[in-house]
Amino acid sequence: MSTDAAGLGTRRAVGFVVPAVVLVGVFLVFPALWTIYLGVTDFALTGLSAADPRTVGVDNYAEALGDERFHASLWLTAQYVAGSAVIGQAGLGFAVAWVLRDRPGPVRRVVEGLILLAWILPSSVVAFLWIALLDRDAGTLNALLHTPGAAWLLDHPMASIIMFNVWRGTAFSMMLYGAALENVPPSHLETARLAGASAFQQIRDVVLPRIRGHVLTNLLLISLWTFNDFTSFQITAGGPEGRSEIVPVYIYDVALRGGRLGFGAAVSFLVLLVNLVAALLYLRAARSRGGVAA
Amino acid sequence: MTSARTLSPPAAVTVSLALFLAACGSGGSPATDGTTLTVTANAISGGKNSATADWTAKWLIPRFERAQKAAGRNVRVVFRPNGVDDEEYKTKIALDLRSGTGADVIDLDGIWVGEFAQAGYIKPLSDTAGPAVARWEGWTRIPQAVQGLGVFEGRTYGLPQGTDGRVLFYNKTLFARAGLPAAWQPRSWQDLLDAGAALKKAGVPTPLQINAGTAMGEATSMQGALPLLAGAGAEIYANGKWTGASQALKDVLGLYRRIYTTGLGDPRLQQEAKGRDKSFQEFADGRIGVLAEGDYFWRSVIEPTAGVAPMKDRDREVGYALIPAERPGAGVRGQDFVSMSGGAVRVLNPHSKNAALAWELLAFMHSAEATKAGLAGEARITSRTDVNDEVLKGDPMLSFVAGRVLPLTAYRPGLAVYPQVSTALQQATAAATAGTPVDEAATAYDTKLQSLVGPAAVSR
Repeated sequence: MSTDAAGLGTRRAVGFVVPAVVLVGVFLVFPALWTIYLGVTDFALTGLSAADPRTVGVDNYAEALGDERFHASLWLTAQYVAGSAVIGQAGLGFAVAWVLRDRPGPVRRVVEGLILLAWILPSSVVAFLWIALLDRDAGTLNALLHTPGAAWLLDHPMASIIMFNVWRGTAFSMMLYGAALENVPPSHLETARLAGASAFQQIRDVVLPRIRGHVLTNLLLISLWTFNDFTSFQITAGGPEGRSEIVPVYIYDVALRGGRLGFGAAVSFLVLLVNLVAALLYLRAARSRGGVAA
Repeated sequence: MTSARTLSPPAAVTVSLALFLAACGSGGSPATDGTTLTVTANAISGGKNSATADWTAKWLIPRFERAQKAAGRNVRVVFRPNGVDDEEYKTKIALDLRSGTGADVIDLDGIWVGEFAQAGYIKPLSDTAGPAVARWEGWTRIPQAVQGLGVFEGRTYGLPQGTDGRVLFYNKTLFARAGLPAAWQPRSWQDLLDAGAALKKAGVPTPLQINAGTAMGEATSMQGALPLLAGAGAEIYANGKWTGASQALKDVLGLYRRIYTTGLGDPRLQQEAKGRDKSFQEFADGRIGVLAEGDYFWRSVIEPTAGVAPMKDRDREVGYALIPAERPGAGVRGQDFVSMSGGAVRVLNPHSKNAALAWELLAFMHSAEATKAGLAGEARITSRTDVNDEVLKGDPMLSFVAGRVLPLTAYRPGLAVYPQVSTALQQATAAATAGTPVDEAATAYDTKLQSLVGPAAVSR
């Protein structure tokens, strides 16, 4: 029996690729296609539409696009991403990493450890801590500020969940920027400092050009995570009266609590498109400016 | 990265995948091994409905297993506890049943029976367990009206556990401070508002609390909007039509607006995720004058020893009154007073591999002995008249509900669209509570209602 080396090579290659293709197909492509299909039906959790869903065409999409509640949730999500991810986690994470970059080891380790604590705690535990902190009757914050009865979660629901997400997620940005700053030669910073550059100028002219790939990668990741974040549900449940109802909470409410799975699938697909557009914009920006950090 | 960070597209995809895999299955395999039965309820020891969880684990399971052993069978019963919001529990059970899994005996809110039956998740008891169902001795002990909690389109899907009624609870100490009588019974909404004004004048922080808004979910409908609507002479669903922006609905929204924009009620309590629990605590702390609630409040919340917000002197301190119609005679069926009732049922999982045995367990759970033991010393309106005759004697409040409230009560329609209508109604009360003009809130509700049930099915 003769062996065809080229054929064997091809078969080996196929053998290596097939499992990956099957996994991607089963866990990514098929569910995505199934979601698209559900989105054009009136499939429900219970009732007649659970047993025998009807095809409703683009009705779900039309309803979602015309739904003021969906519009409001998109706007709130934009605030959530901008406030807690872009400004909060990325900005604060960089600031902490910058301040800590040449601090003595023990100081740095203690501060990093404290910030990392929020990252490693289970999100439901973190949510519980924030409720305990902000509660109007028994909240720690009111005790510290001597503001009995101040209803933070009711009067400032978005600010509350933005603060919560900043506190919880800053560690990731801090670690990433900390590693990135290691790549900035101290001599360059020293030169800039001797030339009279302020800290702001050093960051803008020396640091950012060298770590832009890290910055964009970080912004992409934390923006998408925050866009899809559901943990805030445990703090405000989207309330009061929808004032912190970000998109994932909206989808959860209409699709699972309301039982309209078809409608929820349609909205999820719209959200997927938004995420894709955001990812493409980031990638494009990264390519045009020198690539995403590996 | 924790998995809890993502929900929307990935979660939808996961749910889709789960549903698809479920749809591909041929009935699935229940988690039984031939001698194991499972029971589930939204109850957990030390948490939600703790007494039910304890009864299941400590009384029901050992007794049933012993009885089976005596009959020569080795049966093991496992309890799967839950301690979540009712909406989450419903979702979980629906997904279980859809995927052909889930416990053999399942606790459901009676209002879900219709939509679960329509979805094909549950079957009539006799279809699942056979002729033994019709032979059960307990049927003669359960009044026809109460049996109705487990009935959909003329067929019986579940065994009712009991029923309840809504009243106005009031704090007698606060009433005395406001110069109001200890034996109080308002005869109109105006009487209610007058009492609220007197309480406010006497410095009571929250004179009246009637559930409103979406944060409280179905509690708003059952403890607030629906009894008030009945008091204004309308049912949410009657003669094949849903009540839209009728005068009755506008009157209800007007009352909400009046209570919550004039300082008689605390609108904040209605907005908080845990607002209902807080209102319980505030009542127990003597900060709420009048609270519209079900008898659950009396027997499980302010119960002196095991309640969530116990009131040691409950029996002396707390009064209860019928919910008045808008004016005498203005309620549904020309009534002076109104109420709403609900109740839980237990169903069999049609996918059970041991359906006959599961029925034995279900019937055992609803025997007089088990029903009485399930009360754990607490008085509650059970589905069985023989048990009620014995246990309600010692509790004037529960006797009041059984004797005075149930004869004039009403039930929610067991239709799949009801939960969505209920949510729309909750949104309307939220708007009115926040000060939105009544006509505007009523019109928004009407528009939403039409989109849910179609314009032809809306009455005004």
